[in-house]
Amino acid sequence: MKKIMINKTTKNDMITYAMVILAYIVVQLLIATGHVSSLIQGLLVPFCTYVIVAIALNLTVGILGELSLGHAGFMCVGAFSSAVFSLAFKDAIPGGLRFLLAILIGAAAAALIGFLVGIPVLRLRGDYLAIVTLAFGEIIKNIINALYLGVDGNGIHFTMKDALSLDMEEDGLMLIKGAQGVTGTPNDSNFTIGVVLILITLFIVLNFIHSRTGRAVMSIRDNRIAAESVGINVTKYKLIAFTISASLAGVAGVLYAHNLSTLNALPKNFGYNMSILILVFVVLGGIGNIRGSIIAAVLLTLLPEVLRALSDYRMLIYAIVLIAMMIFNWSPNAIFFRKRLKQRITAGRKPGKEE
Amino acid sequence: MSFVAHLINGISLGSVYALIALGYTMVYGIAKMLNFAHGDVIMIGGYVVFVTVSGMGLNPLAAIIISMAACTLLGVTIERVAYRPLRGASPLAVLITAIGVSYLLQNVALLVFGSDTKAFTNVVPFPNLELFDGQLVIKSVTIVTVIVNIIIMVGLTLFVKKTKIGRAMTAVSEDKGAAQLMGINVNGTIAVTFAIGSSLAAIAGVLLCSAYPALTPYTGSMPGIKAFVAAVFGGIGSIPGAFIGGILLGVIENLSKAYISSQLSDAIVFSILIIVLLVKPTGLLGKKIQEKV
Amino acid sequence: MALLETKNLGISFGGLRAVNAFDISVEKGQLYGLIGPNGAGKTTIFNLLTGVYQPDEGAILLDGVNLTGKKTIDICKAGIARTFQNIRLFGDMTVLDNVKVGLHNHYTYSTLEGILRLPRYHKVEKEMNEKAMELLKVFGLEEYADYKAENLPYGQQRKLEIARAMATAPKLLLLDEPAAGMNPNETKELMDMIGFVRDHFDMTILLIEHDMKLVSGICEKLTVLNFGEVLAQGDTQEVLNNPEVITAYLGE
Repeated sequence: MKKIMINKTTKNDMITYAMVILAYIVVQLLIATGHVSSLIQGLLVPFCTYVIVAIALNLTVGILGELSLGHAGFMCVGAFSSAVFSLAFKDAIPGGLRFLLAILIGAAAAALIGFLVGIPVLRLRGDYLAIVTLAFGEIIKNIINALYLGVDGNGIHFTMKDALSLDMEEDGLMLIKGAQGVTGTPNDSNFTIGVVLILITLFIVLNFIHSRTGRAVMSIRDNRIAAESVGINVTKYKLIAFTISASLAGVAGVLYAHNLSTLNALPKNFGYNMSILILVFVVLGGIGNIRGSIIAAVLLTLLPEVLRALSDYRMLIYAIVLIAMMIFNWSPNAIFFRKRLKQRITAGRKPGKEE
Repeated sequence: MSFVAHLINGISLGSVYALIALGYTMVYGIAKMLNFAHGDVIMIGGYVVFVTVSGMGLNPLAAIIISMAACTLLGVTIERVAYRPLRGASPLAVLITAIGVSYLLQNVALLVFGSDTKAFTNVVPFPNLELFDGQLVIKSVTIVTVIVNIIIMVGLTLFVKKTKIGRAMTAVSEDKGAAQLMGINVNGTIAVTFAIGSSLAAIAGVLLCSAYPALTPYTGSMPGIKAFVAAVFGGIGSIPGAFIGGILLGVIENLSKAYISSQLSDAIVFSILIIVLLVKPTGLLGKKIQEKV
Repeated sequence: MALLETKNLGISFGGLRAVNAFDISVEKGQLYGLIGPNGAGKTTIFNLLTGVYQPDEGAILLDGVNLTGKKTIDICKAGIARTFQNIRLFGDMTVLDNVKVGLHNHYTYSTLEGILRLPRYHKVEKEMNEKAMELLKVFGLEEYADYKAENLPYGQQRKLEIARAMATAPKLLLLDEPAAGMNPNETKELMDMIGFVRDHFDMTILLIEHDMKLVSGICEKLTVLNFGEVLAQGDTQEVLNNPEVITAYLGE
């Protein structure tokens, strides 16, 4: 019985990995045979970005059971920290190694901010937590938009005023130009790297869920008081899950930043609208369902591009789908109705079996 | 003198926040849910006035009444269709749904009215107050907003304390189950709460757009979030708290814009939310609730 | 020396004196009942013993160790486990995982070892699975191991909660109305099981119960609580025949 069960979760995870790899192969074949428009090709890296953030956010929403509206902020931290690094060491470090380091730096920076944000925020509950993460996301975006950073022979300069106040030497290199952002980041991202990062993200998240730590996190989600009563350190495990989630969002940011020559912190890419868009992916794919997040992120990004006629109505459809999904999945009446239906279908068999 | 001017501008902004926060705090206090879409109801209220005044040439007062009716209907519909089915579901589900409603309203407005900024005509027909030979100008809309705030605050307090339906609201906010057992129509009471909150949103929309006359589908979003910050600051569920929180937040935002950095003023406002929640999570005038084991 | 000892325990909520001067002494291996009318403060005492509430005064000693003022998780680590009046399971997790959460502090590997699936992960997980299945067998739940906890029938949920508490390897088990909502047959089965747990694990059990049949059937000693104060204390039959106790239960 034990064996069967362990195999079941492992098998489930394998299907998820296989799905991603298969999708990758199919896309590569389509590109090779000239079936993918350049427009869609240009969207492949953003796809991967969305998929990674969606998985990261699902870790917070589905596994930890807390709503974060600030994940775009963590993406932003990952994007800017890594872009600044890559720009500063553009000529000093060869491409491959530099991008690897950039990913690690983006992940670490987002993890650090996630950890610092998490300490106060995770003490709060429910709605307050959501609104405070939203606030943090906006603060991060605001600060980056006001930040000027440069480096020259005298070292690193930074200011929150304007470019002139940096007081740089002629040959200095401007890294962040306030609202104009970072220009000249090397384009190190590509679809293959994106897919590899998705697989790594999946590996981390799925293994995390099925580990001792993951169980502790889910027990807090299901019943905080009971979790404490069996000796689970609530703050510690919330913080671990949140930090990992933030860090993975940072990785998505790295991928995003290295796909653009100019990186700005705009409301549409790092604002709370982005956080909400990611939330739509997570909800549509099923809260807590990692594979669902991937499918939803791809479908919802792809559909409007394929059906151009729909693109005007895209956001409207997202909104309606979001509301309908929530009511269908979470309304006490709908849950009761589904339970009854299931019982009727499985009548005769033992009731209540998982799945 | 410029400090006083900034202060007055802050009060002007804050009085709008206060008005929005009153709606937030009513709904949060009674239905125990964060109606994320409140800010967007305000935006819709603004558009209704814009269409009726600029498009149809109606008298502003009639337009405001139409807008209030429209928002009331909208609020009640949202409650009935989106929120009521989720009563008793996890707060997370309710909040996500509210975000969905907010998103929906923005995108409906985007499709109907377009993304271009509409120049809203000030509907407050009084001249501005000029002091010290015009060195200090207090906009009439500011004065009207503060007065409207006070009227609504007093009105709401009386309504909640003195009327039967108001007392029903208090009962529902304390314990839905017990209220139901006492014969209170819980769904009806919450619907009334949404109706009141949304008609306040219409007024807030008109005054917001009169003070800051640029109307887009996203007009309500940021003020809505900041008004929630104000409501939390003042103590969520508390009517005077919403007023005080709103004014303080507006003043802080304007002063930080003037003296620290206009880029960072939002960051400062949000930092206040975080500090308040960490130091005194119940806000300035809120009550403490303990979880039962 | 008694396993659990409280001295002059008291707590107030606002103006209400919920528990006052509460003394109890539970010997190792005892099955001890805590009874009293609704609102007498029984669950509050459990919450004090497990650190959910901090007492205003008094002391809690477990095996001679002072637990007063300790946090819930430290009290769990010190050896007090509990169940709840309104069942609190990890509903969305499997029955097996519920017990494995109970084993959390006894079988450890780091988060990184878990993510990278290092050898230690496989070894410890295997041990955890074995231990958890062993516990589930004791409670007759092994066939439900991969069910979601919330899908279990009510009676089984109560058992799973006890199994999860036992997984923390406690010295003292607190049961808060274990028979609530059960029919006489289920109650009978539960009584046997509580007795079995005591013998099989050599456990000390303190339980809150309303069902007098259950209490008189298995408890060796009783404390009766009324309005937050001890009304009577002693051997079960003696206490149940105490006229004051009868009055408190049946009214004047």
